[in-house]
Amino acid sequence: MDQAPPLPEINHQSVLIEGGLALDCGVHLRQLVVAYRTYGTLNAARSNAVLICHALTGDQYVAETHPVSGKPGWWGEMVGPGKPVDTDKYFVICANVLGGCMGSTGPRSPHDDRPGEPWGIEFPPVTIPDMVRAQKKLIDHLGIERLFAVVGGSMGGMQVLAWAALYPAHVFAAVPVAAAAFHSAQNIAFHEVGRQAIFADPDFHAGRYWQHEAIPARGLAVARMTAHITYLSEAALSRKFGRKLRGADSLTWFGDRFEVESYLEHQGSSFVRRFDANSYLTITRAMDFFDLAADHGGVLAEAFRGTKTRFLLVSFSSDWLFPTAQCRAIARALNHVAANVSFVEIDSDKGHDAFLLDEPDFTRTMRGFLAGAAEAAGLT
Amino acid sequence: MTSDTPVRYVAKNMRLDLTLIAGMIAPRSRVLDIGCGDGLLIDHLFRTKGCDARGIEIDMAEVTRAVTHGLPVMQGDADDDLATYPDAAFDYVVLSRTLQAVERPREVLRQMLRISTRAIVSFPNFGHWQVRSQLLLSGRMPMTPAWHRMWYETPNIHPCTISDFFALCAADGYRVEQWLAVDEAGRRAPWRRSRRMANLFGEQGLFLLRRD
Repeated sequence: MDQAPPLPEINHQSVLIEGGLALDCGVHLRQLVVAYRTYGTLNAARSNAVLICHALTGDQYVAETHPVSGKPGWWGEMVGPGKPVDTDKYFVICANVLGGCMGSTGPRSPHDDRPGEPWGIEFPPVTIPDMVRAQKKLIDHLGIERLFAVVGGSMGGMQVLAWAALYPAHVFAAVPVAAAAFHSAQNIAFHEVGRQAIFADPDFHAGRYWQHEAIPARGLAVARMTAHITYLSEAALSRKFGRKLRGADSLTWFGDRFEVESYLEHQGSSFVRRFDANSYLTITRAMDFFDLAADHGGVLAEAFRGTKTRFLLVSFSSDWLFPTAQCRAIARALNHVAANVSFVEIDSDKGHDAFLLDEPDFTRTMRGFLAGAAEAAGLT
Repeated sequence: MTSDTPVRYVAKNMRLDLTLIAGMIAPRSRVLDIGCGDGLLIDHLFRTKGCDARGIEIDMAEVTRAVTHGLPVMQGDADDDLATYPDAAFDYVVLSRTLQAVERPREVLRQMLRISTRAIVSFPNFGHWQVRSQLLLSGRMPMTPAWHRMWYETPNIHPCTISDFFALCAADGYRVEQWLAVDEAGRRAPWRRSRRMANLFGEQGLFLLRRD
């Protein structure tokens, strides 16, 4: 794993945005590229567009085979022909986030001032609203005035909330799933462990690893392993692995390995083949910065005052990373401004990861909410 | 709206008391249904009256069913969640057969008439003659079609009579715009002229209140 090859170069479908992007940190990105994928057909009224926002380590390949890993799309059960986000009805768009490493402008992109080398560790800090502003420029480029729906889980859900706060007139329905209006101290703490693992890897080379034709594979893998634990629940880990050993029925005292250890190793090593360490640092920081209430005088409800958007909030009972209480706080803030809110907690023992897995109650809820919203929007 | 407003809507497959409630609600109004179950009433109000109708329901399975049908329903309960709405956010707030099961009925009513111009409340009448006679004759807690759970497992922790409810409305200054006594199936009972008779023979009370 220590000698993992550099990330493969792939041509992603993308658009170069005129004028770049002014970031929250004050830096103006002159070169802004947004890589994206679309599925389905935009109708004549341009009213059936659904934007999917991906999570920390997701990307734009939401409903098709991933070009690097060869795995099915990360939300293939949710998005596709006849699926809850039905590409026979809706025009689905998914963009790689700003700061990502799958074609959108990020640490691997050419430096604005020194185009011969990548931004690397010098890539400016970005925020969740910055990511959303970049997506808005893509939506403008596609000639779409109002999105029928913006849907996303985890960090994608944070983007959905930011969309609803920044562009209320351009979002008919919003579906933040397993999300929160701010990143908690516990969440920041786990991210920091991951970042420290990357910093501590000798192959990190102070963030200029590309100059040494190396990648901090060990550090990035450990970061992923730590994060992965937070995506699961104790019950899910027990059910899946328990105390099972790899290749033995009982302890032999000769290099015994628990199944859960090799599972995490695998998660870590497959991650470093598709993800850039500086991107991981940039995006985890963006999540840590997120606090929607702080941007509105400390009152979350103010982020949504006057909103006409229809909301569906979804949490999962065993999710301790983005617990139901966080979701309920958003629901109550929306009540404060008499917004149209549906709020469901799905009973699941699969932890935060449940939003990516086959949860029949969740898929039914999503399908029904979108169908009801489509009726209200006159889309049927 | 006066107490003589006729009840016009009789939807098939809808509980009759919900039909009576729907008949009290003006078209295109903003409605919050507390304890909405799977959303039968809000669906009806949306489809037949063009209302902006939403629901709160405590039972997550019911919430999921409602949202699956595209209805705007959130998980929550009357005791805790009404406080989160702004003043006068709705034209009607509905509490159907739930008042007797909330922790603080008086506060729930106060919140209802804070967030809404009008409140529609229905509840099983503990003053019904069968309830009275069973307690009198057997000395045991009554078991009737409306009060059918044993005292140790009933969720109905705050039973009241139609007369009790009138007294609370008077004490807290709510105007009773319309009231009905109905039987358990939700059919109107013929004792509307006399509160005393309604309190004796009505199985449920249904009230349309307005804050003064």
